[in-house]
Amino acid sequence: MTQNQITNILVCGIGGQGVMTATEILAEAAIAEGHDVKKTEVAGMAQRGGVVTSHLRFGRKVLSPQIEPGTVQVLLGFEGAEALRWSHYLRPDGIALVNNARLVPPVVELGLFDYPEDPTGQMRAAGHRVVSFDAMSIARDLGEIRLGNTVMLGAIADYLPFAPDVLLACIVKRFARKGENVVDANRLAFAAGREAVAKQLGTATA
Amino acid sequence: MAAVMPTSAPSRLLLSGNEAVARAVWESGVRVAAAYPGTPATEIIESLARYPDLHAEWSVNEKVSMEVALGASMTGARAFCAMKHVGLNVASDCLMTMTITGAYGGLVIAVADDVGMSSSQNEQDSRYWGRFAHLPILEPADSQEAYEMTKYAFALSEQYETPVLLRLTTRICHVKALVTVGEREAHEPAGFVKNPQRWVMVPAHAKARIPGLFQRDEVLRGVSETSLLNILEPGSDRRVGFVTSGPAYMHVKEAFPDAPVLKLGFSYPWPLEKMRALAAMCDQLLVVEETELLLETEIKAAGIACHGKDVLPRMGELSPQVLSPAVDRLLGKEPPPPAPAATPMKVFPRPPTLCASCPHMGMYYTLSQIKNIIVTGDIGCYTLGAGHPWNALDTTICMGATMGVALGIDKGRGTVDKNKRILAVIGDSTFMHMGMQGLLNITYNKGNITVLLLDNNTTGMTGGQATPASGKDIHGKEAPRVDLVKLVEALGVANEHIHVVDPYELPVLFKTVREEIKFEGPSVIIARRPCVLTDGFKPFRPYLVDEDKCTGCGNCIEVGCPAIHVTRRDKVIKPSGKEVDLAFVNIDNQACTGCGLCVQPCAPDAIQHVARHDIPIHIVKT
Repeated sequence: MTQNQITNILVCGIGGQGVMTATEILAEAAIAEGHDVKKTEVAGMAQRGGVVTSHLRFGRKVLSPQIEPGTVQVLLGFEGAEALRWSHYLRPDGIALVNNARLVPPVVELGLFDYPEDPTGQMRAAGHRVVSFDAMSIARDLGEIRLGNTVMLGAIADYLPFAPDVLLACIVKRFARKGENVVDANRLAFAAGREAVAKQLGTATA
Repeated sequence: MAAVMPTSAPSRLLLSGNEAVARAVWESGVRVAAAYPGTPATEIIESLARYPDLHAEWSVNEKVSMEVALGASMTGARAFCAMKHVGLNVASDCLMTMTITGAYGGLVIAVADDVGMSSSQNEQDSRYWGRFAHLPILEPADSQEAYEMTKYAFALSEQYETPVLLRLTTRICHVKALVTVGEREAHEPAGFVKNPQRWVMVPAHAKARIPGLFQRDEVLRGVSETSLLNILEPGSDRRVGFVTSGPAYMHVKEAFPDAPVLKLGFSYPWPLEKMRALAAMCDQLLVVEETELLLETEIKAAGIACHGKDVLPRMGELSPQVLSPAVDRLLGKEPPPPAPAATPMKVFPRPPTLCASCPHMGMYYTLSQIKNIIVTGDIGCYTLGAGHPWNALDTTICMGATMGVALGIDKGRGTVDKNKRILAVIGDSTFMHMGMQGLLNITYNKGNITVLLLDNNTTGMTGGQATPASGKDIHGKEAPRVDLVKLVEALGVANEHIHVVDPYELPVLFKTVREEIKFEGPSVIIARRPCVLTDGFKPFRPYLVDEDKCTGCGNCIEVGCPAIHVTRRDKVIKPSGKEVDLAFVNIDNQACTGCGLCVQPCAPDAIQHVARHDIPIHIVKT
């Protein structure tokens, strides 16, 4: 391949959800595969419940760290309305993998704005390919809400230009010092994330 | 914080620009590194604190951090300080004279511009300081360059005895990329040499040294002209050539890979001959700079025709998407309309909010219930009090401004504002930074101000850094803790008008504020509770809403807690004929940490503790 093929992944959600950590692990996987990598976010006030997006670009040589609208191969959404907010970043052949969580901010509770009724439905209506699933209830079923992040990483694992095991190895490495039980729980969460997406696609194409 | 960074064999690491600068500072043998936290520069000193064999500190403000670094440099030690753009305003008094004394040990100042204002009250182009203070500026375009230029900056500083400005932006500081790193080199200080003509800046001494600044400018202009950091890439498509620096270079290369580019890494003094060479080889010249038209002005002044801010925005971040239509216009082409799918969907705004159990909520709820007041604010998480639902702050300017502004309002007000009460809000870290002088000025000038000192025992907005009021140092180790009550008293506030209150106790808070605003004179109310994002915070049993009891009054929503959610809305007509909106609520008990603020305004006692067996496992019971 002579062309410098760049993969653009946009991870979005809300401050405190683990968006930046998830992107960091994706970046580590891309590095393990020998890619040049740039990862960026604006994180100043994000931990105060604000919007957070993390841009990940990798390929032979990455120049600008920012992803342009209309160029994202995979949009990993940690929250429904946030996925909708950033959906214009998707390429026509891109895919959005969206956690169904609905996190309603105080400005909506105060009646100043409305929360969209069906964010992923709106994305589909706009012509985007969307797979949605409930990562938090999957994590809860596995007995630990904090596994939600690994479920999200499992969800994206089959949409990367390298084998899912590369990503899994990076997750395992990160949790290795927390002991065998934590590592095993994360393996299960990763598998559950992959399965959730595969199952949805199966239903959608049936 | 205790863990020491890996320091062994050269390797490639995924580092943010901030981490790359820190690594290079450590490798350069720096002995002293100082900063006050400020986005986007905070992580430089935070990560330096994890390296061994150097003194890293949180200074009380940027000016002090620069003075500390200068002092270290006077001994021949290599020294470093880091700050955000507005921090350099604070430190500029030191900067403008430090440039005359010059550096002895290598002295580097990293200044990070928050281009696009993700977390700042203004946007500034710190490159102007180079010109103003006659100091060289280096501008990296990514993490690897940030690392390399930092190392070069120390050598440059020592060779020409000049402090060096390393100009960063958010897209350097907060972008992670691969960096090849090395090892620490020892750098033993040569020793302090008494030399009043150099270090004692009285008029006679300064006058003698100022011509040296101009000579240094000329010498550095020559260095810049031949510097390998200023690269002229000839390109093949010569219709438009670009002069650019910092992260803007990456956007130019992304959008116009075949164009001629003069990339400036050593951007002050600028290499004029290289600019002329570029202009000679292309049809049109476009200057791409974040954010002001600094180079553009100089290029035009040199008689070279160029475009710049006539086609590009003067504020905010640049990107390939911003550059392409501007270049199309220069080439006389109509920019293509954006694809319909690339238009953003309309989604509600999601501004940052105070956290569940944030102690500031108690204060802002209280202020939102009091009429006829003017409240001046300051810089920190608590600036969010200006937003919904409290709308409790009337001013925010810069670090520590709250009390000066409040006194000015007090002394300046006419008949129309005569009966208003004036309050000044400030956080503990901002009070340490630049607030104390403002309070001293209020007491000295007999101001009639009620100061609300929100003491959450940390620097909250930047992620929880220690201050002299938190009793911890940068490593989390114990440090002398200033007693805020004694400090405030020493600054001239009468003891009976100093109160320490718990911001979770709304009735006490309300009563104290009510009483003190009636007092004609200065008073200070210290609202003390740890920030919920720090180790000092211990969660309580969460609450839930008894839905049978909730009357939909919505009082609890006015507290502003992000854990309270509306489940149903309704309207009722009161006997008076007035239509009233109802909002029935629940509480997300995964998010609630049991501060109890919402319980207090709930009229029907519908908010109760969850049963013990429902408590989420990550909540510590107290």
